[in-house]
Amino acid sequence: MANILVYALHYEGAINKNSLGAVSEGAKLAAQLGGEAHAILVGESVPQDLAASLGNYGAKKVLVAEGPEGLAQPVVDAMGKAIADGGYSYAIFGGGLLGFEIGAGLAARLGAGVAMEVTAVRAEGGELIAERPILGDSAISEIKYRSPVGIVIGRLNAFEIAQPSAEQAAVEQLSFELSPHARQATMVTRGEQRGADVDIEGADILVAGGRGLGKAEGFALCEELAGAFGNTAAVAATRAVVDAGWYPYAAQIGQTGKTVAPKLYLAAGISGAIQHKVGMQASENIVAINKDSNAPIFEFSDLGIVGDLNKILPKLTEAVKAKKAS
Amino acid sequence: MKICVLVKEVPDAAVEKRIDPSTGRMDRSGEKNLNPYDTHAIEAAMQIREGGAVPVEEIVAVTMGPESAVRALHKAVSLGADRSVHLSDGAVAGSDVAATGYALAKTLGRENPDLVLLGQQSDDGECYTIGAVVAEHLGMPSLTQVIKMDVDAEALRCERQAEYGYDTVAIKLPAVISVGDAINEPRYPSLKAIMGAKKKPLDTVGIGDVEIDASKVGGENSAAHWVSAKAPPPKGAGEIIEDEDTNETVEKIVAWLDERKLI
Repeated sequence: MANILVYALHYEGAINKNSLGAVSEGAKLAAQLGGEAHAILVGESVPQDLAASLGNYGAKKVLVAEGPEGLAQPVVDAMGKAIADGGYSYAIFGGGLLGFEIGAGLAARLGAGVAMEVTAVRAEGGELIAERPILGDSAISEIKYRSPVGIVIGRLNAFEIAQPSAEQAAVEQLSFELSPHARQATMVTRGEQRGADVDIEGADILVAGGRGLGKAEGFALCEELAGAFGNTAAVAATRAVVDAGWYPYAAQIGQTGKTVAPKLYLAAGISGAIQHKVGMQASENIVAINKDSNAPIFEFSDLGIVGDLNKILPKLTEAVKAKKAS
Repeated sequence: MKICVLVKEVPDAAVEKRIDPSTGRMDRSGEKNLNPYDTHAIEAAMQIREGGAVPVEEIVAVTMGPESAVRALHKAVSLGADRSVHLSDGAVAGSDVAATGYALAKTLGRENPDLVLLGQQSDDGECYTIGAVVAEHLGMPSLTQVIKMDVDAEALRCERQAEYGYDTVAIKLPAVISVGDAINEPRYPSLKAIMGAKKKPLDTVGIGDVEIDASKVGGENSAAHWVSAKAPPPKGAGEIIEDEDTNETVEKIVAWLDERKLI
């Protein structure tokens, strides 16, 4: 029986969007394999209706396990138990930091094959084949599994969320033991927001800054340019500069930040690492300014400018203002 | 406290990476260097030692890879490690991430570290995942992408950015921690340290020395099996402007934006 177990991340009463995508993808693939997709939620008093709602996206059954939230190893224990109880051939994770940690830990626990950063999965001859872009997305490798259980960790936004139906999933409690090492980590605070609460998701134009700005003050150049475009524009940032404290977390694009698709994404001093790319590649027009002509961002920008942003941005700001005034 | 730092040799960023069409695997020939993300892990170990909150007896760099990987260990030692361990064995060649993590865990197990540090990702291959695999095999707690770490003799207090904001996690030692590149600014090695690196102890081990089960490693025994590689769907290359005269460049950008009604 080729059933698929999908990990669903939840926080403050809502299921993560990438997990909804993973459940949708799991349901589609399970149907092709002649099995069912089940989901698993691990947390403190997970609401029954939240679990049942995963039926809207194709999960036939949802396992609910009582355990600490936000940490990977308790979920490895819970999923390890569910898989040991039998019936699962694959485990699927949507894109996200915890999915990477849980999937990798589970692979070690089960001696299972794991493919990460997966952008597509297909069923063929009764098994799943995962596609993973490699070498800066210049090639796509295809991965098969030789182990009884195969683990698929999706790239951020790789799996599309299905149109929700009115179906409800059967909800079952899963009891499991925390392994000794899972007891060694405890969450002190979770989901702390750092910096101002800015809204970038509604903007038509985003001027995004990265490490190439050189210092926190470099963001003034981005803010001035965004200001010149008018009130439909906002400023966004990469993880590296948010972690460095240069700009608020609420403005961050990518793997552990926001996913955006504005009409114009103007990237200043951003190299274009995969973790950033996954959060903005659906933008309608991408313009990149970077002094390194080998920066990966030029591989997926529509207009690339190789040059010094300190020289270009102020003049561009003046030129945009002049154009708006004309 | 004994700290082991996992390091990896990766193709130099300037080398164009490609797939060897005859094997379907990554062509790993060409100029190599220490994975730049790993230098943050070594620096984190050095800062724990220099911070003085806990005495650090030893910092050991550990790698798995072909003979050439010695250069990555030399670099790690020049950045502060006291000695290094090199798992070098044809039997592990072509291992997937799960098998590589198993082999590294066995190699680390012999060292009995209090803390294992590694970089958040390798420049060339797997993302984020090796730390969690190693931790599971060692039966240790783990956390990835840590950008702040306070240490005392028995525990760590780690901060990292996850899906919903910043998390602070308390972790008891021993533990496996992968550090994000925002955790520190790695130092440059001194000329003296570079010159002296080759003289520091380097222990080369094979799979028998660290009790690795040969049936669990290598390309043929890896559970994730790379069947083929293909080209991605073609995407029209974007237009590139080399900025020589900035006034002219800006004029071109504005015209481009105007054409698309973006201003």
